[in-house]
Amino acid sequence: MKKIIINAIVFVFCLASFKLFAAESAIPLDKAPVDITDNASLQRGAESFVNYCLTCHGASFMRYNRHRDIGLSNEEILSKLIHTGQKVGGLMESAMRKKEGEEWFGVVPPDLSVIARSRGADWLYSYLRAFYRDDATTTGWNNLVFDRAAMPHVLYELQGEQKLITKASDKGEQKTLSLEKPGELTSAEYDKFVGDLVNYLVYLGEPHANSRKELGLMVMAFLFGMLILTYVLKREYWKDIH
Amino acid sequence: MSNLFNSMIAWVDKRFPLTSNWKAHLSEYYAPKNFNFWYYFGSLALLVLVNQLITGIFLTMNYKPDASLAFSSVEYIMRDVEYGWLIRYMHSTGASMFFVVVYLHMFRGMMYGSYRKPRELLWLVGMGIFFILMSLAFTGYILPWGQMSYWGAQVIVSMFGAIPVVGDTLQQWLLGDFTLSDAALNRFFAYHVVTLPILLVVLVFVHILALHETGSNNPDGIEIKTNKNPKTGIPVDGIPFHPYYTVKDIVGVVVFLIVFCGIIFFAPEMGGYFLEYNNFIPANTLQTPDHIAPVWYFTPYYSMLRAVTVNFLGIDAKLWGVILMAGSVVIFCFLPWLDRSPVKSIRYKGTYFKVALTLFVISFFVLGWLGTKSPTPMYTLLAQIFTVIYFAFFILMPWYSKIDKVKPEPKRLMKE
Amino acid sequence: MADSFSISDRMSGRRKFLIAITSVAGGVAGAAIATPFLLSMMPSERAKAAGAPVEVDISKLELGMLLMVEWRGRVVWVLKRTPEMLETLTKIEGELADPGSEKKQQPDYAQNRTRSIKPEILVVEGVCTHLGCSPVFRKDIAPADLGADWQGGFFCPCHGSKFDLAGRVYKSVPAPTNMVVPPHTYLSDTQLLIGSESEGAV
Repeated sequence: MKKIIINAIVFVFCLASFKLFAAESAIPLDKAPVDITDNASLQRGAESFVNYCLTCHGASFMRYNRHRDIGLSNEEILSKLIHTGQKVGGLMESAMRKKEGEEWFGVVPPDLSVIARSRGADWLYSYLRAFYRDDATTTGWNNLVFDRAAMPHVLYELQGEQKLITKASDKGEQKTLSLEKPGELTSAEYDKFVGDLVNYLVYLGEPHANSRKELGLMVMAFLFGMLILTYVLKREYWKDIH
Repeated sequence: MSNLFNSMIAWVDKRFPLTSNWKAHLSEYYAPKNFNFWYYFGSLALLVLVNQLITGIFLTMNYKPDASLAFSSVEYIMRDVEYGWLIRYMHSTGASMFFVVVYLHMFRGMMYGSYRKPRELLWLVGMGIFFILMSLAFTGYILPWGQMSYWGAQVIVSMFGAIPVVGDTLQQWLLGDFTLSDAALNRFFAYHVVTLPILLVVLVFVHILALHETGSNNPDGIEIKTNKNPKTGIPVDGIPFHPYYTVKDIVGVVVFLIVFCGIIFFAPEMGGYFLEYNNFIPANTLQTPDHIAPVWYFTPYYSMLRAVTVNFLGIDAKLWGVILMAGSVVIFCFLPWLDRSPVKSIRYKGTYFKVALTLFVISFFVLGWLGTKSPTPMYTLLAQIFTVIYFAFFILMPWYSKIDKVKPEPKRLMKE
Repeated sequence: MADSFSISDRMSGRRKFLIAITSVAGGVAGAAIATPFLLSMMPSERAKAAGAPVEVDISKLELGMLLMVEWRGRVVWVLKRTPEMLETLTKIEGELADPGSEKKQQPDYAQNRTRSIKPEILVVEGVCTHLGCSPVFRKDIAPADLGADWQGGFFCPCHGSKFDLAGRVYKSVPAPTNMVVPPHTYLSDTQLLIGSESEGAV
């Protein structure tokens, strides 16, 4: 009986480690190449983020000087990341005002500080690579992952233009994208570009993640030592009883 | 040195019952010597309570209970406050672990009949603690003012609207507005940081006092106080809580901390169960997320809330859902009087009880799992079946516990 | 199993040792846990950003004028002293508690008679070293309330402390030390940076 119950508990905890809540979408998502210890990738991602995203989106919980985490000095931050005359300790706020966003896109572009924590890296990675031409929408763009996304394809100069191909098969409609007009980057280069950007977004969602894990290792090592000590102490006392 | 210490203690003892309380509750509180794995969770619950109180105080130093600032003040804690992330994760993980520990603690009581006479009041105080804990979890979950905070609270508060006649007025009174807004956030903050913690601490104190009055139950479910050493008056199967159970509980604490810190440092979101993904989106009063589910510890009750889909006995489905949800928690309070078995512990109970308890545990887990899912006709049917099993465990107990074939209880505690 | 539980009988050396070592480890753990909580009460990144050094344009500052600047939520005075004002500094030295600025209330580069980098320009925190009030700039000479000896300076209305035009404290007043000169530097002839000695920290 007891064993069954303990097994049940273990089973439930195993279940809990699966991600059941990730943002759901109709098509399978591609795995994003996330490695938040790769400073070179994060720095490339940071520069792309500042150049392409920050005009409309903010990351208003993030301070520029926090980028020392990913190996940038204050001087580098000033020259590479700050184009709006802000101070190095300032927040990464969008240059666009909320009202303008609402007029231009119908919605205020969301703040991206914790977007990777709500959407998940794989979703972002797939989304940014799944834009296609669609004359039926107001922006002229649509997205396979996020139908009728309000955002136009900001990176189309890099990726080029994709077209939607719908094939009927026995499993129903299958939707794929094909590149019609190539952009400045090859397909592999573009994937890498988006990969760096998404990697940066993951870092942005939880800038302390690396130091959290480092501290965690020390804490765990200490606790295991403590476990031995307290167990020996317990056994010493319980000699009286057994 | 030790003379100075002794005279200081003597000075205090003349003015405050320090030594006598130390003896009554620790060094001369005799606990059964056969506590097993399941007996760690009481002291662990106390540990988590202290964790929540301390981390809570430090979070309050930087949190802002204002609908326009709440979300960003949480991110401010996570980023700008030194070690704010650690304190916040300790609190959010602590909330979930509180329920893990308390559920195991309650299950222990169900297995070994700890709710039975003479511990009925101890059990009821414990249930009171459980209700307060649920309220604390609910009010606390609103505070980050993310999408799940907002819509989760919206759903719960709407339940009060189901109450006939006074429902709508009651709902407005609770919210202080016609909808969930800044006013509600502000007052739920007050409940979460002042009202409920004070009640909780008082009830925990009463819970321990009641425990030390009746003495602890044990896996054999027999009273150690009935067999005392005639010379010393000490139960022959009892051992002083301090040092034996203090050193033992400390081992339990360290094992618990290994799990706790493992989550905090390596999986603070716990796959979306402890911190839900949608709660990283600021509350949007105009748009419900595609999929809303309460935090895992509420999902069994949530499943029952939405399991009722038909009106019957002149009461509509919505109200039935609310009645079932409330009933599923309140019904625990009746356990001391539902159980008619001549023995307390599952060790000496018969097959009926063992089957019933197993089915109950399964239904609790299945309902919990269903509560995380979007409802489909199949899932709703499952939820209905397991809701019936859940309630049958309680309602049929007077019958099956009485006709169950029990084994004789031993006179002395069995060796582990 | 024994009938009695008098623990002291059983306190073997091994037990004492184990308790001692576990207590020490527990103490280390306690201190380690307390550290992040105590550190969380230090100024946050936001406070640090708000307290970042400030740049001041002093090109329009006229002789004898006092400019008030906010740095870290405190007032910093920038005073452009006239030659007459500078002369008074030597005259009154006998009445001052610390005329040579021996106590470390200023960066090394401001430990001189004028307590400044450029003789005429005084940069000083406008906070009385007694209990934190902000003194009043009184450049009028020998007013009725401050007496005939008053050569101009700063007077604290809270408890009557007096400072000269270099922020040096007079003898026999409640304030114990000279006013604090914050770290500062000149980015150019007219650009003053308060709060830091180097440009990179902006």
